[in-house]
Amino acid sequence: MFVILACSILFFGVMTVTSTKILRAATSLFFVLFGIAGLYLQMNYEFLAAVQLSVYAGGIVVLFIFAIFLVKNLGEEKEKLSKFKSIMGGLAAVSGLAISLTIILKEKVFVTADTVRADEIAASIDMKWVGDTLMGTERFQYLLPFEAASVLLLACIIGGLVVAQINKKEEEI
Amino acid sequence: MEFLNLAPLVLALPFAMFLIIGLFGYKMCPKFAGILGTSVFALTSIVCYGIAIQYFVANYGMEYPKEVLFNFDWLHITENLVISIGFLLDPISATMLIVISTVSLMVHIYSLGYMHGEDGFQRYYAVLSLFSFAMLGLVVATNIFQMYIFWELVGVSSFLLISFYFKKPSAVRAAKKAFIVTRFADMFFLIGILILSYYTQTFDFGILTEVIDGQVPIVHETMGGITLGGLSVISIAVFLIFLGGAGKSAMFPFHIWLPDAMEGPTPASALIHAATMVVAGVYLVARLFPVYSFEAPEVLEVIAYIGAFTSIFSAIIACAQTDIKRVLAFSTISQIAYMMVALGVSGFGGEEGLGYTASMWHLFTHAMFKALLFMGAGAIIHAVHSNEMDAMGNLRKKLPITHATFLIACLAIAGIPPFSGFFSKDEIIVAAFEANKWVFAVEYIVAGLTAFYMFRLYFRIFWFGEPDNGFEHEPHEAPSTMTIPLIVLAAITVITGICWAFGILQFSQFVSSDSLGYAIETHWSIALLSIMAGLIGICVAYFLYFKKTGRPNTVVSYIKRPYLWAYNRFYIDEIYLFITNNIIFKRICEPIAWFDRHIIDGFMNLLAWFTNSASEGTKEVQDGNVQSYAWVYIMGVIVITLVSILNYL
Amino acid sequence: MSLPLECYLVVSTLLFFIGVFGFIVRKNLISILMSIELILNAASINFIAFNRFLFPDQLEGFMYSLFIIVVAAAETAVAISIIINVYRKKKNIDVKSINELKY
Repeated sequence: MFVILACSILFFGVMTVTSTKILRAATSLFFVLFGIAGLYLQMNYEFLAAVQLSVYAGGIVVLFIFAIFLVKNLGEEKEKLSKFKSIMGGLAAVSGLAISLTIILKEKVFVTADTVRADEIAASIDMKWVGDTLMGTERFQYLLPFEAASVLLLACIIGGLVVAQINKKEEEI
Repeated sequence: MEFLNLAPLVLALPFAMFLIIGLFGYKMCPKFAGILGTSVFALTSIVCYGIAIQYFVANYGMEYPKEVLFNFDWLHITENLVISIGFLLDPISATMLIVISTVSLMVHIYSLGYMHGEDGFQRYYAVLSLFSFAMLGLVVATNIFQMYIFWELVGVSSFLLISFYFKKPSAVRAAKKAFIVTRFADMFFLIGILILSYYTQTFDFGILTEVIDGQVPIVHETMGGITLGGLSVISIAVFLIFLGGAGKSAMFPFHIWLPDAMEGPTPASALIHAATMVVAGVYLVARLFPVYSFEAPEVLEVIAYIGAFTSIFSAIIACAQTDIKRVLAFSTISQIAYMMVALGVSGFGGEEGLGYTASMWHLFTHAMFKALLFMGAGAIIHAVHSNEMDAMGNLRKKLPITHATFLIACLAIAGIPPFSGFFSKDEIIVAAFEANKWVFAVEYIVAGLTAFYMFRLYFRIFWFGEPDNGFEHEPHEAPSTMTIPLIVLAAITVITGICWAFGILQFSQFVSSDSLGYAIETHWSIALLSIMAGLIGICVAYFLYFKKTGRPNTVVSYIKRPYLWAYNRFYIDEIYLFITNNIIFKRICEPIAWFDRHIIDGFMNLLAWFTNSASEGTKEVQDGNVQSYAWVYIMGVIVITLVSILNYL
Repeated sequence: MSLPLECYLVVSTLLFFIGVFGFIVRKNLISILMSIELILNAASINFIAFNRFLFPDQLEGFMYSLFIIVVAAAETAVAISIIINVYRKKKNIDVKSINELKY
């Protein structure tokens, strides 16, 4: 199961990045997010998977598609990738990959995971626990970041509105 | 009233006046500035007189002590080498106090009339006060460096006064010439001071001129046997110091600035270039006289020869000049050379030190009658509005007071008794006779020439006959502010002369080389000779200039070539200009300027060009492209990680 | 059956560098945004993997991923509005045309 999910994520990721038509890229993004949600489900984090699907896949990708359509002629144009940039990007990506993979796969750098116990505990996560952690005020409980996130959202809404305003004065300038 | 306690006022009052009139003069009305300056200087003069008289009265008949009235340590160069500002009172400085305060006060009063209505009246009085301050500081200096400081200050005030009419290019050029020539000479002065103080580790006059057993111990011990290139270091040092004095006192070849300095206002010429500043060189040599006399007597010989040459050189030139101020300028050069000669032929102590006494004596009398002559010339110029002798003639009826005082001064300078000039000049000739026959001969001839050219001037102005084109304006006598100083100075000339004729208050009782007063008897044989020389000069001048005849022109036609040389001042100025323009400017200054402009500036330009092009090159990094920024960021992170891993491994 | 931790980490790393490649290569502003989403998601997977396998009785990574989603959403919204503004001014959304903040 994991292998299918992993391969689909990677395949659609590459599609997102390299397709010449933007709508195809957006669709591939959608599938990547689906795959990631599946990954979360496989790890017994249902809540997170649900949030991922609803917010990310359902909200953001739709937002992208709206934006693509708002910009005229964008859906039809083909975007060509310049060679120079591909080489530079490839260099960055490959070298980064090399280093990171070397670290990860070499010599058990991480603490050995006790997978059996981890499975047991993960299966026992219930909404009450998640809710307590999100809305609690003890140590390691995330009420304050939650509220801060709401402020952030407020700021984003206002910022978005202001930035996207249509002003008569704009045309004069 | 203890005047000696008021000594700081002597320096403080003129300096305060300089600051006040200089800074606030433009707000005052000119008359107020003039009267303020004059009255405060009158106060200063009273204090100077008080100090001098008290000093002389208190110590009459004994050895005159060197009193230091105050001395502030100002700069410590090393532990022992200190520059201080102080007040040294001894016979020659007391004499100079009297001379400076008298002449300066007369000039202050005279300028109220002469400079009336001039632009910059307040500036004039401010610079007059600065000059008085500087000159007073110079003569009361306790150490040689203080004297140097005030020396330069005097040079600056002279510059400011010569260029008073700064809108005239000739005045500006003259001021530059004066300053540059004296500054050039001062370079030698400074080197001399440095050499002297390097060995003796002191600047103080009291220590430098202390005489014990026929030598000056500090100089003798520290610099005694040292020689540099065959010349003893003492001789080099004091000769360089003399060169500084020669610049200020217009000895050949530094004399070129004094005739041109006549571009300044006449009272300034009277004060600075006749009576006070130009005698600073003589004063310097007199101040250091023990060192010259005991440790470097050969330098004194050189001084005598230079002085003798200068005096005859300038006397010849004076005979051919037509501008009355130029005649007086060359006469000044000649007379100061007399003073230098007197110092040069002098020994030390009692009768042998006659030259020293005579030099100071002549300084005193010359200051009085030369200032009188200049101020009289000023009155004449004021009357006929021209400096040239061709515009004058027959002025004796129109300017009676000027005529009388001018005649008294001319008689004094020609050496006719009982006027003051006779006594001082006679003693110089006697001293020369006893020391060096050649110098005596030269000075004798100069005495005759002096009488000739002065009376040529006198007869031409006051007798001779009306100028050919008539007067521009009807000449009238000067206002009383101008005539009163003339009368005062003439009175001094006459009264002092009469006192000395009767042997009262003889100058030698006050000033002598070893500070012990002594009585002088007149050597009538030589005195008669010098009187004769004077009378011959007067007669020749009478013959040529009393009435309007063609006799001067016939004389000139016989000696055409020498006359032209003398008229053009022997072309010395042209030689200097040639050397400066063609040799110094062309060969030395232009390459240096080229070097400065192309290589030094070029190097700076190169640095700037380099920075600029480096910046032009590296600014491309910031190209506004987000993706390149991100690429650099990612590569940076990767590189850092790589480095950390390698370190860790 | 549980897989070892390293598998998830490899997946997330690969996805991350695919996103980086896309960010540098793409010409289109919106495509760049999509690449950024990939990067963020890769980080999210990383957090979750560590949380699930090494610290299963705490929910730190879980909460953090939640907040990543929130912040990504907000940021994308603002970015889209900026892109629309840029489109209005420049009539295209080429990333080369917004290079005015330079020398």
